[in-house]
Amino acid sequence: MLYFNPWKTIAIILVSLASLLFAAPNLFHKEQLANLPGWMQLRMGLGLDLQGGAYFLLELDTEDLRKSWIEALADDARQNLRDEKVLFTSPSVVGNEVRVKIKREDQVEKAFARLKKLARPNFDLFSGSPDVEVVRDGKVIKLMPTETALNTRVTNAMGTAVEIFRNRIDPSGTREILIQRQGENRILLQVPGVSDKEAQEIWEQKINKPAVLTFQLVDQSMSVQEAQAGSPPPGSAIYKGADNSDEEGQYLLLQKRVIVSGADLVDAQQAFSQDSTRPVVSFRFNTSGAQRFAKVTRDNVNKPFAIVLDGEVISAPVIQEAILSGTGQISGRYTVESANNLAVLLRSGALPAKPKLVARQTVGATIGADAIKSGKQATLWAFFLVALFMVIGYGLFGAFSIVALIVNVAIIMATMSLLHGTLTLPGIAGIALTMGVAVDANVLIFERMREEMRSGKSNVLALEAGFSRAYATIIDSHLTGLLGGVILMWLGSGPIRGFAITLSIGIVASLFTAITLTRLIIATWLRWSRPNVIPL
Amino acid sequence: MAFSVPKPLHLVPHNTKIQFVPFFKACLSLSSILAVVTVVLLATVGLNFGIDFRGGLALTVQSNSGPADIAKLRSQVDALGFGESQIQEFGSPDKVLVRISPEDSQGGSAPLHGEELRSKVQGKVAQAIGENYKVVDGQFIGSTVSRELLISAIWALALTCLGIFIYIWFRFEWQFALGAIVALVHDILLTVGLFSALQLDFDLSIVAALLTILGYSINDTVVIYDRIRENLRKFKKMQLADLLNLSLNETLSRTVMTVVSTMLALVALLIFGGPVIMGLAFAILFGVLIGTYSSMFIATPFLIMIGVKRDWSGNEPIGKKTKAKASV
Repeated sequence: MLYFNPWKTIAIILVSLASLLFAAPNLFHKEQLANLPGWMQLRMGLGLDLQGGAYFLLELDTEDLRKSWIEALADDARQNLRDEKVLFTSPSVVGNEVRVKIKREDQVEKAFARLKKLARPNFDLFSGSPDVEVVRDGKVIKLMPTETALNTRVTNAMGTAVEIFRNRIDPSGTREILIQRQGENRILLQVPGVSDKEAQEIWEQKINKPAVLTFQLVDQSMSVQEAQAGSPPPGSAIYKGADNSDEEGQYLLLQKRVIVSGADLVDAQQAFSQDSTRPVVSFRFNTSGAQRFAKVTRDNVNKPFAIVLDGEVISAPVIQEAILSGTGQISGRYTVESANNLAVLLRSGALPAKPKLVARQTVGATIGADAIKSGKQATLWAFFLVALFMVIGYGLFGAFSIVALIVNVAIIMATMSLLHGTLTLPGIAGIALTMGVAVDANVLIFERMREEMRSGKSNVLALEAGFSRAYATIIDSHLTGLLGGVILMWLGSGPIRGFAITLSIGIVASLFTAITLTRLIIATWLRWSRPNVIPL
Repeated sequence: MAFSVPKPLHLVPHNTKIQFVPFFKACLSLSSILAVVTVVLLATVGLNFGIDFRGGLALTVQSNSGPADIAKLRSQVDALGFGESQIQEFGSPDKVLVRISPEDSQGGSAPLHGEELRSKVQGKVAQAIGENYKVVDGQFIGSTVSRELLISAIWALALTCLGIFIYIWFRFEWQFALGAIVALVHDILLTVGLFSALQLDFDLSIVAALLTILGYSINDTVVIYDRIRENLRKFKKMQLADLLNLSLNETLSRTVMTVVSTMLALVALLIFGGPVIMGLAFAILFGVLIGTYSSMFIATPFLIMIGVKRDWSGNEPIGKKTKAKASV
């Protein structure tokens, strides 16, 4: 019998109503929803193709990249020569090379051999040529990065920067942002659906942040005032406290030596302090970072150290005891949101070079406002024609299937809204396919009912058999489609993923609407009207 | 409660006995020929890739009086024959970004770079859009579809086909799985072939259309296969050709209803959707027709060609895969 127990009936009605409710905000303008509670304001985003957004053209500062490489090379040279116990004058950077003068003639050979080891094979696919040329000129040894090696570094840095921007701006991967490399050192970045103000925030907080994180000890050999009046001790420098941190407005004297850096972080998450009132950022070091941090904290109990982000101190706690676990917390005046932002920044790592803003624009939908308008109109026509045809073909039952179809689309929209998903043109194609498949499921059921009625079964039995026998076919066709959708969602990217997401949600929804919901509607109708003839 | 609903329309009489079998051979041959033609077309003429794939020129156009009329600009620029343009608002309502992908004079599909081409195209566009608009900037731009994206898309599609193959093998038999994939490849190939033959713009929305066709085609094939499997269990002694014919007739009413409702929706999109959606709607419309055709005349006769297992004793097909080779 077409019997539903009351609880199941209530559950089906609740699911349908809830999805209509959660889908509804998408039909209104943002402004119209402003006074409603937060959960009523959840909407799916629209992709760049459907509503446009912010457009950034960025340029990576390759000169910055070259400079930092050469400086690192000078540091390496100093460290190596010290290890080799060679006497030398401090390495100097001249143009694109590092020069170091060895004091004693008899040590030049030893120093040269050591410095030659600094050259590593260029990470280029074809040539394994060294990335640094090491040349001897009397007592002077020159280290010169080659042009090809520099280009390789720029290319790698571009790849890294693209990944970092993606992680920073779209950590959940649902915003459908577009990032393209353009030419040698430019990156085109588009974020859908953001206002001018939000675009400014993205530039300030997500793009224009090097996110270089270091842990340094506080130099207590003299006070900050003394250092400011005179000069800081060698190997130390004065650092400013960052805005919105506990050190805001303060100046600290820190040792320049970096204990552990952001590169040693394996994870950073927003968390709460132990009394669980203040949002903090908790982090975890990798093994070598944890070992170095443990050693330094063991040797410096009761002394302060500083956490420095982009040259400003964000926290300067006192070491209470040796920290052996390799985990820690950064506290400050954070909200949940700002702590989360910092965690994302730390997780995605430091930018290899400074980004320069070449252009910023607000852009309209890529497929054009005119296409959106006619597309909406066409969709309404399409829906109307399908509804009309179903009613002509299956009468009252056709009308029932249209109700199920509306709930199906509502479920897709509600799910996308709750998941903060982004709808694109391929996503709409996914919804259209779902509607086709859902209509087909009802057609299969109704055709089966007709067959069963012709074979002489009584009304109720024929309807019941129509459902149960069409069921196997529907399950097979839906599961095949769902399997395809899930694989595409898993492996595909960009437009393919957008299509696969709406299709997968839609097919699961169709299993519910085309089978369960239609069945409930028909069963209820049967009980209320007790027809002698089924109008099919 | 009394209802006075008119009796629903039965488009297909319930006891149709159309002979589909005589068409099987012709359809298989025709489709094979068309598939070969498509491959030849793709190798020689190739696809007319749109701006998403090739990159092109981006012109910034400024309106002298009020907001720019994007629809009108689009028709004017498209009339120049540089392929489909992409036009979007840029910064303010009176400023638009027009992206076109002009081909070089040899008709090749490699985008031409160079100052000469830029100024020539820019001049033509400036002439076409009239005095109300001014071209303020013109720059070459790269494609939005990276090579990596394209390769990952092809991999994703291949693995999706493999997944579908394994699922149908599991639920039916390997012959069904192979037939479904053959029909699937057939539909995609012929749709791409049509775009090559007519030299229609092939852009990202067409990729979405191909995915939709893939989904529709597999749904349609599975529905018909399901009926064939049911009849294979019911009529153990019937000739395979007769059994397939019966199955097609039994599902004909459903096929017609589904195709007609889908076509109605697509025709609405084609008529009211405007130039941008037209390409998408056209591709899916063609794909739905070819998908329905392939389910009936490719996937079904394919079962005769490779011979399907006839011993369907027991209701559960699962676990009997090992016997698949012992087919009649």
